[in-house]
Amino acid sequence: MNKTWNNKAWFMILPAMLMVMISAVIPLMTVVNYSVQDTFGNNEFFWNGTEWFREVLESDRFWGALVRNFAFSFTILLIEIPLGVFIALHMPRKGIGVSFCLVLMALPLLIPWNVVGTIFQLLCRTDIGLVGYAIASLGIPYSYAADPKDAWITVVVMDVWHWSSLVVLLAYAGLVSIPDAYYQAARIDGASRWSVFRYIQLPKMKRVLIIAFLLRFMDSFMIYTEPFVVTGGGPGTSTTFLSIDLVKRAIGQFDLGPAAAMSIIYFLIILLVSWVFYTVMTSNDETA
Amino acid sequence: MSTDTATTPAVAKPADTPHVSLAHTDEKRNWSSIIILTVYIIFLMVPIYWLIVTSLKDNLEIMTNFSIVPNEWTLKNYRNIFTDESWYSGYINSALYVVMNTVISIVLALPAAYAFSRYRFLGDKHAFFWFFTNRMSPPAVFALPFFQLYSAFGLIDTHIAVALAHCLFNLPLAIWILEGFISGVPKEIDETAYIDGYSFPKFFVKIFVPMIASGIGVTAFFCFMFSWVELLLARTLTTTAAKPIVATMTRTVSSTGVDWGLLAAAGTLTIIPGALVIWFVRNYIAKGFALGRV
Repeated sequence: MNKTWNNKAWFMILPAMLMVMISAVIPLMTVVNYSVQDTFGNNEFFWNGTEWFREVLESDRFWGALVRNFAFSFTILLIEIPLGVFIALHMPRKGIGVSFCLVLMALPLLIPWNVVGTIFQLLCRTDIGLVGYAIASLGIPYSYAADPKDAWITVVVMDVWHWSSLVVLLAYAGLVSIPDAYYQAARIDGASRWSVFRYIQLPKMKRVLIIAFLLRFMDSFMIYTEPFVVTGGGPGTSTTFLSIDLVKRAIGQFDLGPAAAMSIIYFLIILLVSWVFYTVMTSNDETA
Repeated sequence: MSTDTATTPAVAKPADTPHVSLAHTDEKRNWSSIIILTVYIIFLMVPIYWLIVTSLKDNLEIMTNFSIVPNEWTLKNYRNIFTDESWYSGYINSALYVVMNTVISIVLALPAAYAFSRYRFLGDKHAFFWFFTNRMSPPAVFALPFFQLYSAFGLIDTHIAVALAHCLFNLPLAIWILEGFISGVPKEIDETAYIDGYSFPKFFVKIFVPMIASGIGVTAFFCFMFSWVELLLARTLTTTAAKPIVATMTRTVSSTGVDWGLLAAAGTLTIIPGALVIWFVRNYIAKGFALGRV
């Protein structure tokens, strides 16, 4: 669509912008403030320069949480994107089955995040949980509260359960937008199932898959509630991701300076990654 | 599929060639699809089933007697929730701020999305990206500053505080989705309305908004979803008067241990509003993604 040049359009954006400014810019300024100051209490602050940033960047605790968080995001993307596409490819195209599948699949998406944690606690405890009990009675030692490996598996399965359907919905939306004529042409050419996927379905899904990838990366990179409810970041620090570590610092220990410095570093990482994604996305828009 | 081929006579009748389509029309493929979908849906439903079953058991039975179906069905946990004000007010509080947030997000996002969709202006791409970054900012970063900001305005423990805080991620999302829907409406419609003598506000409210009603429905669904499920900010900004159900649920640990039955019942009840919303927008979900900026 060719757009008209009109700077007055700013007035239409202004209300939304002011609202987000109040919720984003002012709190962010507070964070910046804390990150460069220290206090002896009594609300008396003094300039502390970049000391907090150095403290955070030199601590193993921060790097541990960062590496764990990247590992987690990478793992769940590797499972959820192919699984979501695979399920979407097997969805019926029309009929009563579509609504049925969509409603059931969307259900986990609308469960409050701490309830998701509660559900998996209930499911995986070896004394009262269906899955935990089943695994234990098979004689396999399993405890998400004691064994870091089990904790990781539990948190990853929980995220796959919770969010795969989002990828399914997005991939499905991309697939139903493909006109039948494409498939007919492929049939005339005698295309194999794989080449139909590779040359028709995958290109048509490209944009939705970028969105799915983006949303899942962002949300898994800021994950807090679900692992916090299930494992509390443990055992030890094995499932302490960035947000969990940050909340521990800021609200648990009230280390405002390091917490603020960490917030800014955290935010800059997300900003950098999102900028890269956004650039890739918009360049796709232009070439398409 | 077969009706479509019938309307295009140039295409050879696919009597013996296997169908390659999203819905595999030949028997064998059809069955494998059904099995795969069934397995996936069972995987999704097992945890929910276990939650509901646990909510229908007595605490003694949960802890001592492992069974797939309750031996003794009880509604005691639900009775507890519906008779205790600190529990059921949590649902009312959550519903209140979620509705407020959805309304605020859509009312503010509509003009912004229209502007992004129809006009080019100085810094439009940067503004769009700036909105987008707010969808990406981790709530954990904002929890403490939000608390201080809203304390300064005396808004702590009010519904509007949570509704405004959730605008941080819902407003950018609403702009993003609505922009896609608005771009799907041909520009000629706007121009025709002006020629017919409509003023801009009148055109926007009377003609344009009804035209993108399904888009607004999808946007409302996503705003509802992300506001309903969020815990960290909602818990930080409330203490008692506006305490949401998700925060109430984190306090079921008492001296006698966790009250699993009560927790499961409360959890089951949080799923119901979501399930209702999905049912109403089920026909638009897939369409919304397809039309949106995706």
